[in-house]
Amino acid sequence: MSDTRKIDSTNQDKALDDALNSEYKLGFETDVESETFPVGLNEDVIRAISAKKKEPSWLLDYRLKAYKKWLTMEEPNWAELNYEPVDYQSISYFSAPKKPLGSLDEVDPNILKTYEKLGIPLEEQKMLAGVAVDAVFDSVSVKTTFHKELDDLGIIFCSISDAAINHPELLQKYISSVVPIGDNYFGALNSAVFTDGSFVYIPKGVSCPMELSTYFRINAVNTGQFERTLIIADEGSYVSYNEGCSAPSRDENQLHAAIVELVALDDSHIKYSTIQNWFPGDENGKGGIYNFVTKRSVCKKNAKVSWTQVETGSAITWKYPSCILAGDNSVGEFFSVAITSLAQQADTGTKMIHIGKNTKSTIISKGISALKGKNNYRGLVKVSKNADNARNFSQCDSLLIGDECSAHTFPYLDTQNKNAKVEHEATTSKISDQQLFYIRQRGLDEEHAVSMIVNGFCKEVLQELPMEFAAEAKELLSITLEGSVG
Amino acid sequence: MLEIKNLQVSMQEKKVLKGFDLSIGKGEVHAIMGLNGAGKSTLSKSITGHFDCDVMGGEVMYKNKNMLDIPPEDRANEGIFMSFQNPVEIPGVNNMYFLRSILNAKRVYNGQEELTSVEILKKIKKITKEFHINEDMMKRSVNDGFSGGEKKKNELLQMLLLEPDFLILDEIDSGLDIDALKIVAHGVNSMRSPDRSFLIITHYQRLLSFIKPDFIHILKDGKIIKTGDYTLAQELEDKGYEMVEAL
Repeated sequence: MSDTRKIDSTNQDKALDDALNSEYKLGFETDVESETFPVGLNEDVIRAISAKKKEPSWLLDYRLKAYKKWLTMEEPNWAELNYEPVDYQSISYFSAPKKPLGSLDEVDPNILKTYEKLGIPLEEQKMLAGVAVDAVFDSVSVKTTFHKELDDLGIIFCSISDAAINHPELLQKYISSVVPIGDNYFGALNSAVFTDGSFVYIPKGVSCPMELSTYFRINAVNTGQFERTLIIADEGSYVSYNEGCSAPSRDENQLHAAIVELVALDDSHIKYSTIQNWFPGDENGKGGIYNFVTKRSVCKKNAKVSWTQVETGSAITWKYPSCILAGDNSVGEFFSVAITSLAQQADTGTKMIHIGKNTKSTIISKGISALKGKNNYRGLVKVSKNADNARNFSQCDSLLIGDECSAHTFPYLDTQNKNAKVEHEATTSKISDQQLFYIRQRGLDEEHAVSMIVNGFCKEVLQELPMEFAAEAKELLSITLEGSVG
Repeated sequence: MLEIKNLQVSMQEKKVLKGFDLSIGKGEVHAIMGLNGAGKSTLSKSITGHFDCDVMGGEVMYKNKNMLDIPPEDRANEGIFMSFQNPVEIPGVNNMYFLRSILNAKRVYNGQEELTSVEILKKIKKITKEFHINEDMMKRSVNDGFSGGEKKKNELLQMLLLEPDFLILDEIDSGLDIDALKIVAHGVNSMRSPDRSFLIITHYQRLLSFIKPDFIHILKDGKIIKTGDYTLAQELEDKGYEMVEAL
């Protein structure tokens, strides 16, 4: 081996490393006076959260029941994830911006600046774009727009705290109708301490004319985030909901345990899209967000739920958006891009539970690993005894960048009906030197070349995102691999 | 235009080019012929900066700059274009998007304004029409699922769009039927100009009968052993490499 060669390949590796190690671009912190609870969790804390939010007593009972359940449960360890244990007594369970909230003028300019930095135009741009925004800043809704138009259609789009006060009958009927209180460890914790999130109700036969978006942002140091989202699409209705997030840099690991429940009644369609860009931690995984999320939907007769996710952030991702295909002819879809770079670990996938007849599900999962990233697809396709003619198609592709990363696929299959047709395809590929050289010979630098290859690899998923969201996702892929390799 | 001096290159720790010299003037068309393993591909990879090449010494001066000092993308944007023997597939990347990206990257590098999609589309349509290239290729992923002929036409399209000053055609004739070969040759001939130079790498005389080069070099063991005019190709075809070598 010659010296020249050594220098050459070292430069090459260095360029790639530099690109992948580039600083978290959305890392900045807004200084807003928070009213934050002392750390620790007990019944009094839960009572205080409930009181602070002026909740009806049934909701407090619900929280306490979940808390008691949680105390009896153990943190799951079946996922292929390694992380420092979470100290649940060192977390503050409530934090809210202090200023009273009214019109946009009253919103803390720092918060608005934060949104601007994130490229989230809260005001006219969003209105012009026809997007109503229910922005969640550190657990409390800051601003809701477009309510007039939604009101006219009978659409309810508010924070879950508002729903507890203004729409208690709907909330009580559907909360935990998809994810039971004791479903899993993180879910039970969320049910006990959730502070905010979104509530959506689309009335019968109404097609929501705009994309509904919520931007979450974790901000106060050491404050766990426990969002709770509930979307109910009544018979024959349609809604497209976008969830996007980002967080400032910090040293402490932050726990995030959200629940999203989707209820798709007969003949309805819910499209739920996520861009997740929480702080991934440094190259050793220090300081990143722990993201343990329970997302599940139930589809009644002829209903359809499409989950699309682009997961680029967090140190730990534990997330399996699922569809319970309860009604005949219901359809579940899962489209996912998960990138793990630095020391990020993701264990993500989906569950498709076929119960009704003629139910269909599609799973397209694209995992990308770079540097020391670890990426697992874990998916369950279950076909129950009565689910005649159930159909599933799964495709799981992994792309590796470099030699230190890893990708694994764990497809679980449980078929109790002989008529079921279940297909699974899986591929693993590496970005080839030939591809990189070809693109560079055409005048694009390495970073650009990687980004291009990665975007191409993810195309089937990205095209499922609403257009504006897709542009954001591509930008994120570039930043992550940079920007996201690629 | 291009001045290669005493170039020494190893591939996978094997010395392939051992003091290679070549000078290509403005507007000249040179062809390099030789058997497999003679060093033809290594030469083109060395000029364009492929990372498989371990350059041990020498220089590649292009427009008075040593190309060995700059990365492949800069060499490309300085005006060096190589058409690949096996163009690489890039699944999921729209061909039109790719063409737009590479053209604008080159323009930005050279201090020109980026062109809009519409302007680029106009340029492309002009090319596809003149050279009988199926416009459907624009909608597909770069080279993904393309036939051998389509891939070569896509290379042709890229070079016509980028208008490079120095072109390396690495076995652009391989895998082409006679009709496709004529189209490619027509494309290359249409680009010949007093300001543009070519280095054509081929095994066969067939392509050279369509693109008549000014010089033909025979490469063996990493060195040019014979240089002649166009008739040398014919001689090779008639007598074979061994005979010519023996001369």
